[in-house]
Amino acid sequence: MSAHPDTIISPNTIISVRGLTKRFGDSLAVDDIAFTVAEGSITGLLGGNGAGKTTTIAMLLGMLIPTAGAIRVLGVDMVAHRHRALPHMNFASPYVDLPHRLTVAENLSVYAGLYGVGRPRQRIAELAEALDFVQMLKRDYGNLSAGQKTRVSLAKALINRPRLLLLDEPTASLDPDSADRIRRYLRDYARESGATMLIASHNMIEVERLCDDLLMMRRGRIVDRGAPAGLIARYGRRYLEEVFLDIARAEPTAPAEARP
Amino acid sequence: MSSLRRIWAMVMRYWYLLRRSVPRIIDMVSWPIVDVVMWGFLSQFLAGNSTFIAKAGGVLLAGMFLWDVMSRSQLGVSVGLLEEVWARHLGHIFVSPLRAWEWLAALMAMSIFRTAAGLAPAILVAMALYHFSLFDLGLPLAGFVACLLVMGWWLGILVVAAILRWGQGAENLAWAAPFVLSPLGAVYYPVSTLPPWLKPVALALPAAHVFEGMRGVMVDRVFKPGELIDAALLNLVYLAVASLVFLWAFRGARMQGKMLQMGE
Repeated sequence: MSAHPDTIISPNTIISVRGLTKRFGDSLAVDDIAFTVAEGSITGLLGGNGAGKTTTIAMLLGMLIPTAGAIRVLGVDMVAHRHRALPHMNFASPYVDLPHRLTVAENLSVYAGLYGVGRPRQRIAELAEALDFVQMLKRDYGNLSAGQKTRVSLAKALINRPRLLLLDEPTASLDPDSADRIRRYLRDYARESGATMLIASHNMIEVERLCDDLLMMRRGRIVDRGAPAGLIARYGRRYLEEVFLDIARAEPTAPAEARP
Repeated sequence: MSSLRRIWAMVMRYWYLLRRSVPRIIDMVSWPIVDVVMWGFLSQFLAGNSTFIAKAGGVLLAGMFLWDVMSRSQLGVSVGLLEEVWARHLGHIFVSPLRAWEWLAALMAMSIFRTAAGLAPAILVAMALYHFSLFDLGLPLAGFVACLLVMGWWLGILVVAAILRWGQGAENLAWAAPFVLSPLGAVYYPVSTLPPWLKPVALALPAAHVFEGMRGVMVDRVFKPGELIDAALLNLVYLAVASLVFLWAFRGARMQGKMLQMGE
């Protein structure tokens, strides 16, 4: 009997998911998905609202216990031993906030402590410089604009120099100039540190510019996979957004297996 | 070392919040002062009309102070969770390397600080207005305070578990729990006052033993170590049970994705 393709994990696999399912009562949020993510890659998780992207990310983080299936992140079984992997990961999402009544510097110093970051002041200063919020360090996080909060939240996600970064809508609320700077920073960070990123986004330009590989989700399943250019060619479209719409509006059929 | 560093980081998170929030500081300090003023006048009135109070001046004030130790310790733990829920912050702290027990340890540490900082001004007011010093209880006071702090912790952990299990709808428990338990805590009257069927229920609470012990010292001038030992043993049992209930609720919250949803 041959092994299932997804059970063959190459040495540079950072995320390996098999048979992952999440059910909330009668609702099936994630339906038996399987995929791997290679070290150093930037992978996009695309899908419409309710496709299961955030649920998948929450399970990868160990914040949500799956109904069935296996998740290995950085070689660690996330259901049983997530605390072994968590120091090497981080996460940002516009849907999870930082405390509003703490200053930006206080918020980041708390997370520097939680992740055991050496020379926390220096690290916070580096991030503030790189993400352009030096002037905001002493301001209350709650008094920042949505775009400024996004940058600080990203700094929190980078505070421990993670090997794996999970980002939900990383440039939400940013103007095009700031969004472009952030994307370039993330690209540079991935290239220089060898970090792996998994990004859930609705922003097709962002995904095309940042990601090497895309996982397309619909109704809790991964229905396609490939590089942005490859997907565009395969669907005979000019833009990724058109591919997204083709997938999102397709009649429900037996879903295709993810193509690694 | 890593655990201590993470606990310290969370203590700092609550300290940053507290030191910059005038309403929180006023709330922490003002209620014990209001309590002490009211109970002080009541004690003065009853001292002239009750042989029991006349015999043990300050027994009501001591009861009030010690019950406040329990309630503030409980609030220190449960409001810690609520601060995270209100800030929609649970999702971040529980994808960090922080373990659930380390977070509870940080909340307990903060509850000691909040209790001390909240009661210190009221103790000074009682000394100034009524010439009553809680420290006249002597060494047993340390045992009474320790037992009531621990009782506040396990009660707070149970409230946290209820909020994790049932969501923000259960947040009123944080304020209601001490009131619900106070009639059984024998704070202002001996356990013998209770009807026979209620006495075993009261004696199953550490507080009843602490307050019997307190009256022993203040009224009969006798320290009863047995009461303190009973309270400590009961606390151990309840702390273990509360920890198991918390772990069950925490797992349930992770099953249902509540870390992301709460506060929305």
